[in-house]
Amino acid sequence: MMMNKDLPVTDDELHAYVDGELPADRRAAVEAWLAGHADDAARVAAWRLQADAIRARYSNVAGQPIPPKLQLARMSYASRRWKLAAAAAVIVAFFLGGFAGWMAHDTGGDAPEPFDHLTAQALNAHKLYAVEVRHPVEVAAADAEHLQRWLSKRVGCPLRTPNLEAQGLHLVGGRLLPTPTGTAAAFFMYENASGDRFTLYCTQTKAPNSAMHYNAAEKAGAIYWVDSNVAYVVSGTNERKQLWKVARAAYEQIEPRVSQHERAS
Amino acid sequence: MIGFKEEVQLAIPALRRYARALTHDADVADDLVQDTLVRALRSQHLFNGGELRSWLYTILTNLNRNRLRSLARRPAITAIGDNDAPDASSPEAGGRDIERALATLLEDQRTALLLVVLEGLSYREVAEVQGVPIGTVMSRVARARLQIRAYLENERPMLRRVK
Repeated sequence: MMMNKDLPVTDDELHAYVDGELPADRRAAVEAWLAGHADDAARVAAWRLQADAIRARYSNVAGQPIPPKLQLARMSYASRRWKLAAAAAVIVAFFLGGFAGWMAHDTGGDAPEPFDHLTAQALNAHKLYAVEVRHPVEVAAADAEHLQRWLSKRVGCPLRTPNLEAQGLHLVGGRLLPTPTGTAAAFFMYENASGDRFTLYCTQTKAPNSAMHYNAAEKAGAIYWVDSNVAYVVSGTNERKQLWKVARAAYEQIEPRVSQHERAS
Repeated sequence: MIGFKEEVQLAIPALRRYARALTHDADVADDLVQDTLVRALRSQHLFNGGELRSWLYTILTNLNRNRLRSLARRPAITAIGDNDAPDASSPEAGGRDIERALATLLEDQRTALLLVVLEGLSYREVAEVQGVPIGTVMSRVARARLQIRAYLENERPMLRRVK
């Protein structure tokens, strides 16, 4: 039987050796290998020099005094980004204005498919707000009940805020957005423990019911469907499988709302 | 037992070091750390009691990725200052060199290498931070090292002669 120490040494083991991740019973074998293989010994030496250079260049940063703005006790929750947020609002206004103008211009010809323009819009909102740190939403999850009432009223139909805790997603809150046609859209944001964000965009539409469609753009993905005159877009990761799971969970919770609504009307 | 906030406070120096190495810019780095801290405090209820340090690195890594994406959408990107290259024999020169070499790496490779080499995370911890299998972390580290070695040997022959 071949002993552990007699196995040939792999590149992975050389890296693990440098990084202190090599199992103890392989250490002697790797050292013997390096003694007999000058090329590998040179690589290992170079990797160590790289690591030393990286540490030499940056380790002093950790020793510097922490600036006041990074002291937790003194940390201001006021936004350092209010200017950026204002700039973003201008960009949204510009984009939506431009888009509305284009839509108006285009009414003579074929209107774009609701699938295309709604997902494009939802994805843009997602990209804009998902990276926002201090002001990702207008109404925080703490006011979830108010958020749901308010957005339902403005969008013009009863909306449900899906609970996605089973997917590891916690509600951050929501905001009201305009659509190209001047109606209102509700925008809910969710976040997992690693800070990845998913958003749900809903607005009234005259488009017929539609099954789920997938669309991806610039490292973000979106899933779109229409149910009882409401269009929904779930945006987030471009890992399709994960996005499907989230969209399905949202769909399953939204769907009963529709039947109650139909019974009520 | 120390509390959540104290533990976050203790991690700040390391987060600043990591952010500086990722961004090569002291102001951008501290903004990144500040955003990480705000998000960590706000999401305290989401922290599930695992390794707090890894979680903070995860947040910072994700925020940096988002930052680079939004930079990539802008027409102009500011390069690392090349107009103040130090004399090759000065002690600064080695630091500049490794800085430039790191800047040539793909983002995922730079992140993996810095977390292992500078921050001392295990391959397993880096796999959690990056959300990939350990094998992927190892190949990212290996490619980063290959690229840095090629850069240092080919791009800066002057320095090698001086050494």
